[in-house]
Amino acid sequence: MGMTMIEKMLARKAGLPQVAPGDVVTVEVDMCVLIDLQFATLWMQPSRIHDPDKVAVVMDHAVPAPSLKDAEGGPRARKFVADFGIKRFYDVGRHGICHQIIAENGLARPGEVLACTDSHTCAAGAYNTAARGLGPAEVYSILCTGSTWFQVAPTVRYEFGGALPESVSGKDVFLHIADAYGDAVNQNLEFGGSGLASIPVGDRRTIATQAAEISADFATFGVDDVLRDFLDRHGVTGYQAAEPDPDASYADVRRIDLGILEPYVARPGTVSRNGVPVSQAERRRIDQAFIGSCANGQLDDLRIAAGILRGRKVADGVRLLVTPASQEVYREAMRRGYLQDIADAGGVVTNSTCGACFGYHMGVLGPGEVCLTSSTRNFTGRMGSTEAEIYMASPATVATSAVTGVITDPRSLTS
Amino acid sequence: MTTTIRGRAWVFGDALNTDAMYPAFAMKLDIPEAAKHVFYQVRPGWTSQVRPGDIVIAGKNFGLGSSRPVAQLFRHLGVAALVAEEFNSLFLRNAVNAGLPALPAPGVTRLFRDGDQGCFDIATGTYRNETTGATGQARPLPPLVLEILASGGVLPRLAEQGYLPAELADVLRSGAIPADAGSGGA
Ligand code: SF4
Repeated sequence: MGMTMIEKMLARKAGLPQVAPGDVVTVEVDMCVLIDLQFATLWMQPSRIHDPDKVAVVMDHAVPAPSLKDAEGGPRARKFVADFGIKRFYDVGRHGICHQIIAENGLARPGEVLACTDSHTCAAGAYNTAARGLGPAEVYSILCTGSTWFQVAPTVRYEFGGALPESVSGKDVFLHIADAYGDAVNQNLEFGGSGLASIPVGDRRTIATQAAEISADFATFGVDDVLRDFLDRHGVTGYQAAEPDPDASYADVRRIDLGILEPYVARPGTVSRNGVPVSQAERRRIDQAFIGSCANGQLDDLRIAAGILRGRKVADGVRLLVTPASQEVYREAMRRGYLQDIADAGGVVTNSTCGACFGYHMGVLGPGEVCLTSSTRNFTGRMGSTEAEIYMASPATVATSAVTGVITDPRSLTS
Repeated sequence: MTTTIRGRAWVFGDALNTDAMYPAFAMKLDIPEAAKHVFYQVRPGWTSQVRPGDIVIAGKNFGLGSSRPVAQLFRHLGVAALVAEEFNSLFLRNAVNAGLPALPAPGVTRLFRDGDQGCFDIATGTYRNETTGATGQARPLPPLVLEILASGGVLPRLAEQGYLPAELADVLRSGAIPADAGSGGA
């Protein structure tokens, strides 16, 4: 019987002709990405590792160090990369959020396996990579041994048709899927179809990233001309893409007409069956607007935000925080004037880090506050107080709402 | 290793996420301090009631969220096993890798109430509520997972295989520090 995209990848990496849901397979891991937090608590340097060329270390979650504990992690990370000759080290100044660094530096390759200590590692599925977030102990184990195991889960395929309308982004596609179909616990997601061509690679990454929010295992996209072009530009060559067999067996196949989608917002707590088109949403007053994170701090996101904010002002009583996903995004956004537009409008541009996304530093919410975020996760308490409410939407919706002060459809803004 | 786990049950609801068990502010604390905040939103004060050997039983989509090492906190509190209607796979892996048994058991929350005595065999999947006499059957954990648990988690296993400096391997074997290698992501 045929295999789905992820089954193809896992079978290949396990050296098996065939895998099926339920199978437990041991696979070789092509790239193992460690993050700063791993070094901050209980780090112990191994006596040997599998292969320094298959390791990257990214300083992202808590940089520059907001606490003594994080500050103590930095030197351990630097010692580790020096001792083992790890070349892919993204220290403060050439850093970025791990999933952005993975994208910019071509660390995720089609048909290969990538592991990282952040739960949104499924992001790299946008590049046809079997990528997963794993716990620190497991990533450590992969660092040492170069392999790990997976239990193959059933796959749900999303077949995109039509084309993405103007002002509708990957975030909206995801929020629609999460609202319409709910959780995907112990399922893999696969995305393809003729409509894929209208979804830019950055937006595909937003969708893949957020698969973690509906509890999915892997989330992978097929390889098309748009992706091939992206990979070429990032120096990714000589790969063996994984495409599903025509007779692959799916838990479900769901058709999405991109052409009829509109901007969405998820209400506080979860994205699962908790969204609504912004046009029908309550016009809730907001205290904080956040554009950032691995999902939506990309250059295109900043371009869209700057376009909306140029010549406008952030509403009184609203804090707009903008966090570029990497130092490279920051520098390019500065060169292109996006940061100027954002700051002129009254927004605060921060250095690249995870920061407000996980309520750790730079933009923690207080009790009773309402935040509209373009980041990845809207759990209660995620960004600070458990008495704060977190709505989630696209950068366009967040920027527009920062200007009006209430949750607002980006299509309603007149020039 | 014995694959049978006996203990007092604590029963929780659906979709308990990692941020509810290991909030960001607790990530700035050491493990013993951080462990005081497990379930701080859903059941404040629980960490002073839980006793070593207790079993946490949860509903669907247990552990949705981050890779942060929540299992370390449960181990610190002495929790003997996690059982749930359904686990987020990352959360289940993290538990197993930390040496904490985690058994998916559909239907389990209907058979248990807080304080009931439970007995779970992770190798056969059979379980029993010793207070009420009700029994259930889950799918046994795969052999590879049982092996990791028998080693006490991945780190003791790596120590056995010589990946860790000898002094650390000794400390790990003594169980003096939790079997983890750093804090997880978000
Ligand atoms: S930005 Fe948020 S979701 Fe993305 S890697 Fe950082 S903490 Fe995780």
